[in-house]
Amino acid sequence: MIAPLQAAVLVLVAAGAPAVVLSRDPLRMAIVNGLYGFVLVLLFVTLGAPDVALSMLVVSSVAYPVVLLIAIARSRAARDEMDD
Amino acid sequence: MAGLPHFGHYRGPYGVVLDRLAVPERHVENVVNATTYDFRGFDTMGEEFILFSAVTGVVLLLRGGKPRRHREEIVRSDLVRVIGGVGPALVVVLGLWLVAFGFVTPGGGFQGGVALAGATTVLFVTVGYTAWSRFGDERILDPIESLGAGGYVVVGLAALASGLPFLANILGFGTPGSIRSGGSADLLNWAAGIEVAAANVILVAEFVEEYIAPKVRARR
Amino acid sequence: MSILPYAVAVWIFVVGIYGVVTSRNLIHLAVCLTVVQSSTYVLLLAIGYVRGAGPPIFDAVPVGTRTVDPVVQALSLTDIVVSVTVLALILALALDVHRHSGTIDPDEIAEMHG
Repeated sequence: MIAPLQAAVLVLVAAGAPAVVLSRDPLRMAIVNGLYGFVLVLLFVTLGAPDVALSMLVVSSVAYPVVLLIAIARSRAARDEMDD
Repeated sequence: MAGLPHFGHYRGPYGVVLDRLAVPERHVENVVNATTYDFRGFDTMGEEFILFSAVTGVVLLLRGGKPRRHREEIVRSDLVRVIGGVGPALVVVLGLWLVAFGFVTPGGGFQGGVALAGATTVLFVTVGYTAWSRFGDERILDPIESLGAGGYVVVGLAALASGLPFLANILGFGTPGSIRSGGSADLLNWAAGIEVAAANVILVAEFVEEYIAPKVRARR
Repeated sequence: MSILPYAVAVWIFVVGIYGVVTSRNLIHLAVCLTVVQSSTYVLLLAIGYVRGAGPPIFDAVPVGTRTVDPVVQALSLTDIVVSVTVLALILALALDVHRHSGTIDPDEIAEMHG
């Protein structure tokens, strides 16, 4: 048997993954990916893994977005240069 | 189903053994970090070097030979600068706390390291390029990263030199629940924290220097 | 028993692979890879979970209390942090491709090189 809370968070995670993958605009994807990371944090907490949850929290709230946003900014800036 | 345990009924023996050993034998209350830095310390050394080589790859790809020119401020709002200065300071304290108490409460070098790196990144956004670039200087960062990666190996070799197996605990164990409870595994914990923090700051520094700074300068 | 956690892990894996295969943007593709990777965390932690047991930290509970498995947690937490630098390396490669071929669409890159 599975606790209702765990089942609920698992369903959120299951919905989050396609939400990330189907965001075709990279900027939107970076934001949705952050939310997906936060849902994973909740899942790890309900699975009794505070260390893993903390790891996911710092990574998905700071490290992923920063690296992604800079990469997106660069690819857009280069596209603008070509349009000029 | 394919040999998986029924959910909630894991019967693997290793976790139970580690749970029973960690506090009496290693004096560490957080068994996850006892596993990471003590029982499986060799494995974590491998993880550290994945990190190290990935960062080396990014540096090789992005770091040009061109000199970095003088920096100018982007942010002009005093309020943003004040909040942006205090906020990262608090996050630095949080990061140090996470690393220091890794063997007592959830945390440890990996999580704390990312938090430390995150704090300097926020400086770039809120306080501006000048304040941030003091932390983003590769002449300081590269040695720090090497200290983290190399320090881990040195602690392991120190055990060998004193006639113990590689990475064995040479400092003895502290009181369970205290900040020094890990013995030399605590040094490994700090080495990992330094390595992770430096690696992440280097990553952001390289990306910013290569892609963002030229655009900011060009706009002036 | 409940197979929901394992089914979710497989589902995330398949969704991530679908994203990788259909991606038209290397940055998007790199993020899809991290989604695939996240399925391993869900699988590992689901395997190590013990119903009714707490986290493997003994600052408040006596030694000998049954806890969830610490080994799978140690595996996942280091991997999560390392995944950031690997993502950064992939993005750096993608931007290098961008510099040389002027596109980050994998299909167009393939066309340009015959």
